Amino acid sequence: MTEMSYLDGNMLDGPMRELFTVDLSSAMGRCENCGTTGSMASLHVYSHAPGLVARCPSCEEVMVRLVRGPDRAWLDMRGTTFLQVPMPMEQTFPGPL
Amino acid sequence: MGIVSPGFQGRPRTQEPALPPGQYLTEDYPVLSAGPTPRVSLDTWEFVISAENGSEHRWSWQELMALPQETPTVDIHCVTRWSKLGTTWQGVSLDTLLEGVETGAHFALTHSYGGYTTNLPLDDLRGGQAWVVHTFDGAPLPAEHGGPARMLVPHLYFWKSAKWVRGIRLKTMDEPGFWETAGYHDYGDPWREQRYQGD
Repeated sequence: MTEMSYLDGNMLDGPMRELFTVDLSSAMGRCENCGTTGSMASLHVYSHAPGLVARCPSCEEVMVRLVRGPDRAWLDMRGTTFLQVPMPMEQTFPGPL
Repeated sequence: MGIVSPGFQGRPRTQEPALPPGQYLTEDYPVLSAGPTPRVSLDTWEFVISAENGSEHRWSWQELMALPQETPTVDIHCVTRWSKLGTTWQGVSLDTLLEGVETGAHFALTHSYGGYTTNLPLDDLRGGQAWVVHTFDGAPLPAEHGGPARMLVPHLYFWKSAKWVRGIRLKTMDEPGFWETAGYHDYGDPWREQRYQGD
């Protein structure tokens, strides 16, 4: 028997792209359980399951659950306090019209 | 005339295995896991049934093994679409474990070492339909498959058969578990293909 292995959070990029237009692999997230803040790409993703389960690399608590049905998807991020997404200004804002 | 169509020969005589809709047959035993595999020592292992009134019934490993043992042979159906037929287990029926538990609850929330939970109606744990099992195919259940002990509720999708089971909370209200809060069905009958909420 082999130990169940996990993938790194970069694999979330494709599945999450179905839901978000921003690139989550460069986003930072804070673990609701232990407070560790780090790159979403550093999460441990268990994919041999009925959905994707992404866990904090420090405390192993669940930060993201993503279930993809044939015509619907469910995203549970209660284990993630916040997502910090790089979002450069495209123009000076607020500016006169 | 005289031309015989090779087509119509009736139904084949060989019996195909009965599979629920949308399932395929597998001969191996895939390992699915939503997290790291808990390693639970038999010295500290315990199984707890908590009733809705706060009373608790506990069994150590030795106490579980001293209870009457059953050896169910059942088909299992995973929501990821594989089914495995004729699997043989050994363990203790939930009828035995619930015997001395006074409850008016209608729901159960199974919880596991490692934090997994799954909900099901209490009636589905009774009547020879559910076991706490510790042996698979004549050998101690490996940790990867839920050992030292897991639930076996084969008439529902296999995510309802919690690995590394630690106990059951009896509840007056249904409380969705790990996958049920993320879109999966509260009941999960494979023959009605109840995979997701609303199916």
